[in-house]
Amino acid sequence: MTARGQGRTAFAYLTPALLVLAGLLAYPIYQLVLISLYDYGQEQVSGGAPLTFLGLGNYQNLLGNQQFWTVLGQTVAFAAVCVVGTLLVGAFLAILATRVRTWVRMTLFLAALGAWSTPAVAGSTIWLFLFDANFGFVNEVLGIQGFSWTFDKWTAFGLVAAQVIWCSFPFVMVTLYAGIKAIPGEVLEAAALDGASAFRTAWSVTLPLLRPIILVVTIQSIIWDFKVFTQIYVMTNGGGIAGRNLVLNVYAYQQAFAASEYGLGAAIGVVMTVLLLVITLFYLRALRRSGEVL
Amino acid sequence: MRLKTLVAVLGVGAVVACAPVQSGPTGSGTDEKTGQLRVWLFDEVNRGPKEAVVKEAISEFQGKHSGVTVDVQYIQVSSRAERFKAAFSDPKSAPDVAEFGNTDLAGYVSAGGFSELDLSSWSESKDLVPTILDTAKVDGKTYGVPWFVGVRALYYRTDVFTELGLKPPATLDEIAPLARQIRQRKPDLLGISAGGKYLFAALPFIWAQGGDIAKQDGGKFTATVDSAEAKAGVAKYTELIKDDICPPATCAGNGGDASVEQFRAGKAAMTIGGDFNRKSVDASSAAGKYAVVPLPGKTSGSIAPAFAGGNLLGVMKGTQRKTLANEFTQLLASKKYQQKMYTAMGNLPTFSDVQKQVSDSDKFLEPFTKTLQSGTKFVPVTPAWAKIEAQAVVPTMLQEVVTGAKNVDTATADATKTMNAAFSS
Repeated sequence: MTARGQGRTAFAYLTPALLVLAGLLAYPIYQLVLISLYDYGQEQVSGGAPLTFLGLGNYQNLLGNQQFWTVLGQTVAFAAVCVVGTLLVGAFLAILATRVRTWVRMTLFLAALGAWSTPAVAGSTIWLFLFDANFGFVNEVLGIQGFSWTFDKWTAFGLVAAQVIWCSFPFVMVTLYAGIKAIPGEVLEAAALDGASAFRTAWSVTLPLLRPIILVVTIQSIIWDFKVFTQIYVMTNGGGIAGRNLVLNVYAYQQAFAASEYGLGAAIGVVMTVLLLVITLFYLRALRRSGEVL
Repeated sequence: MRLKTLVAVLGVGAVVACAPVQSGPTGSGTDEKTGQLRVWLFDEVNRGPKEAVVKEAISEFQGKHSGVTVDVQYIQVSSRAERFKAAFSDPKSAPDVAEFGNTDLAGYVSAGGFSELDLSSWSESKDLVPTILDTAKVDGKTYGVPWFVGVRALYYRTDVFTELGLKPPATLDEIAPLARQIRQRKPDLLGISAGGKYLFAALPFIWAQGGDIAKQDGGKFTATVDSAEAKAGVAKYTELIKDDICPPATCAGNGGDASVEQFRAGKAAMTIGGDFNRKSVDASSAAGKYAVVPLPGKTSGSIAPAFAGGNLLGVMKGTQRKTLANEFTQLLASKKYQQKMYTAMGNLPTFSDVQKQVSDSDKFLEPFTKTLQSGTKFVPVTPAWAKIEAQAVVPTMLQEVVTGAKNVDTATADATKTMNAAFSS
């Protein structure tokens, strides 16, 4: 078989997967971009008004809006805190899990799985109960009844960030734990025979071997935390007092989808997708520079 | 290179080839006289009595029209926007008759959802209170029949007022000093439970000063919250959400329900509540210890214009049984059934004579009917209002003032800008 023929066969084998991908990914993204170029509200959807092509009008409108930039900045900072927090907590507990007795590890895993499997809305509501100003358990323990956690901008963001970290660290923990366990014992043994200290082993052996896994959980976390919606929407009652706890997804929902401005909403969606793609690309590139085979 | 071509092709395709989906023209020529009439009504916390009245109306209707069945579906208020949007986009899944909130009217009409009603042949329609019927109109055309109306007035705790030797406020300006005095002497109580998201409590303050949210000029709306009168109203209302009356940490995030909830929990000496809150307050720790007066206006003896909330019954544009749908709407909204709905659910009727009848027999309703008779006002009747509401423009403005993030001038100026953008889009 010629090289060309081989390529064709390979392509034929890949076609079903490509079709599924095109249907599930390309078409929605195509529609998203398309809608973002129009003035597309409820009137237009239900045929009550003609379609107007705006070109980049929605984007101009969006990028010219001061609030968008404030919200974008908040989103990036909020996501960064959540990602770093999730990775630190997850990594710490994963290492802890490799060092403790079986029953302790089992308890830790069960607790983590509990947090992981709690639906976001339920988790957020439970946290709100715990931190309720008058009847919350936390205020009772701290003796500060009447203190509202969700009123001040920073305590509100802090509370939501803690909740996000709480429900996303189990993924990091379980994945890293599996990664650490998969490191062949001989490698560590060899390091020990060569007289490497515990720190040296961790830094020069374990960490490099874990890098692909860390890469995956970091990108996953960035994407998840950048797109946080439920926690903010539920815990700050739709974006906080005077909208000061808005993040991009909630902003898009409030300004565009709830207000039936689907064109503007689609534009926000496109901007978000592009941003996430850029972040991911930069990250991949940085890793490749550092010598990782991807 | 190949990728570039692909992107270019996609880009050109996106712009030239096709446009986003639009559903076909709604409204059909057919007017069938038999078959199933589909009706959407709102679900309620305690739906039993409502359902019983509706069933009675249905059996009366089916008795008059052979070969007609009426199918009622109760939909959730919280998800109504999605349900109605879906119904407008796909007329096949839409009902023939629907109950909907009067603030949603303008948006629904411009989406092409409801058809114009001709009430002239319906003898009872002349008794509909004009300002209430206005809430069913867009550009002078009627698209619904007011089924019931809801207005708010001032609830206060009689035990607290007696203990402190106080009288309910006689003017709008007296509310803040009075509330401050109560909180000073009873620090556990909120002087008045007001909320930073409680639009319908804030509006009467603006209206009483002679201001408004927006004005209409030849079909075009312009925001007027930055007028001197409106700003005075905003200042008066936000003065209530301060540490010495209703601390922002407790009150800034509250909407109507949460504001009334503080009163129910016995934590507030006053609040602004609707006739529809009566049952829940009577089932709370404030039961038997409260009274209601109209929210006072600027001068002693006057009443601040209240917001005329309420629900309408309308006929969907895509219906294939227009005559039947009209007749059923008029039956369910008739005096007879409004009276029954009042007995069942406590819903305030929209006919002036029925209103008088029920308030004569029930003294509790007096402050509310008085408020209704002294004239009510409404939010701007334009589809842009739904957008402004969804974007929480007015609550954000109030909260900005309450938290000190902006002063009244800046907050109202910014809100004006946002609203004008919505009006002109």
